[in-house]
Amino acid sequence: MESNNLIINLKHISFSYSGDKPVLDKLSFQLLRGDRIGLVGANGSGKTTLLHVIMGLLRPSSGTIELFGKTAHEEKDFQAIRKKIGLLFQDPDDQLFSPTVLEDVAFGPLNLGKSPEEARDIALQTLVRLDLSGFEHRITYKLSGGEKKLVSLATVLAMDPEVLLLDEPTNGLDDETEEKITDILKGLDLSCILISHNLDFLFETTNRIYAIANGKISLDETLVPHPHVHTHRFGRLPHEHKS
Amino acid sequence: MIEERFAAGDSFVHGLDPRVKIIVAIIFSVVVAVSSNFSALLPALVVAVILILLAKLPMGKVFYRLLFVNGLILFLWFMLPFTFQGDTLFTIGPLVGTKEGVLYASQITVKSNTILLAMIALLATIPISTLGHAMRQLYVPDKVVHLFLFTYRYIHVIFQEYQRLINAMRIRGFIPKTNIHTYKSYAYLVGILLVRSYDRAERIHKAMLCRGFTGRYYTLSRFSVRTGDLVYLTVMLVAILGLVMLQWRVTI
Repeated sequence: MESNNLIINLKHISFSYSGDKPVLDKLSFQLLRGDRIGLVGANGSGKTTLLHVIMGLLRPSSGTIELFGKTAHEEKDFQAIRKKIGLLFQDPDDQLFSPTVLEDVAFGPLNLGKSPEEARDIALQTLVRLDLSGFEHRITYKLSGGEKKLVSLATVLAMDPEVLLLDEPTNGLDDETEEKITDILKGLDLSCILISHNLDFLFETTNRIYAIANGKISLDETLVPHPHVHTHRFGRLPHEHKS
Repeated sequence: MIEERFAAGDSFVHGLDPRVKIIVAIIFSVVVAVSSNFSALLPALVVAVILILLAKLPMGKVFYRLLFVNGLILFLWFMLPFTFQGDTLFTIGPLVGTKEGVLYASQITVKSNTILLAMIALLATIPISTLGHAMRQLYVPDKVVHLFLFTYRYIHVIFQEYQRLINAMRIRGFIPKTNIHTYKSYAYLVGILLVRSYDRAERIHKAMLCRGFTGRYYTLSRFSVRTGDLVYLTVMLVAILGLVMLQWRVTI
């Protein structure tokens, strides 16, 4: 294992929300370059918390976070990291805050120090890449749920991240949009962590699936994704089978 | 929730630099608001009507907007003529209407309609996001502009949340009445809306941090003043100066 391939290295991370029992309990986790990891777990098991800890939005009570080979402690360290790691939020209404789509997609590039012209070009190119050309002057709050999700993804991809963290990217979307997102993710040459309850989606887009429970990531129970075909009524809808 | 009914259009007024329109709208409304002389107010009303005509707005919708304001003004007409001291103009039973009262009420009516028409013609023809950026370029403090744009963006989301909650109450048989249960339920509703808005604000801030936000806000928009804008600005400033001279009876 070459250390320069180690992008995210969490060691014994503990985190709890104001005095409750810990959501993350001495959790250790590593993401190597090229890894595409799916993360499953019950509601409230700490999946979102884990992503927010990686981004420095939440500070763990103990443990160390190493990102791109450097230990990250304070806001400054994380600010540098956020240029390389993109996080897609669960609710696109949290992500899209600008009045128009173009301004929202250009927000990241502008923060990275691009000139308005460059930022505009990057935003337009990203929209074309995601098959969203013509959306640039749409009003963000008037978009449909699926469109909002795709535009949110564009806002993250416009920053050209090396790692993508996605928090339930297909939650509440129709088949068509889900397929679109699946295709986009499969076509990206990025390391990523995907949270989802939709196993079919994870099978398609990731090469390993971890389970998170009781504040720990269970590496022993690593599931091996294996697609198989079967038919039954309503099979078109995403679903899980009880074993 | 916010329908920008007048923002889209391809008239001459829609094509003007938004900064020019904001400046004209502010100066015009201030002058009209402090004027009291009908020889200045009536020409101002004519100017406002011309502005509306130039913007080629759907007249029905413009009148509909005016209705709201004039509904309020109607109450002034019930009050002012009878409460103002002055010469008697007419009497209804024991009530005495004075000339000064009627004049004052007419003055307010003309002023409000003039300002409203000018605002519709000049400000409502700017999309709200553009209005925000134009404000920034006119050196309105960044914080004010952000408040304005964020309010515009999230008032819709909060309204949807409100409707979801109201529906959740309704489907469980909630019918507002005059009792403690109703007041308590409404208090909970307002409380939870506040809490949710606060939580949302935190999430939005986090999402912004993730995209490299460090407190400085950059903008894409560039406005350019063209000849048409300068001509418009000059004509409007001369017209406003004319109104000032009419009001204070200045002669050259």
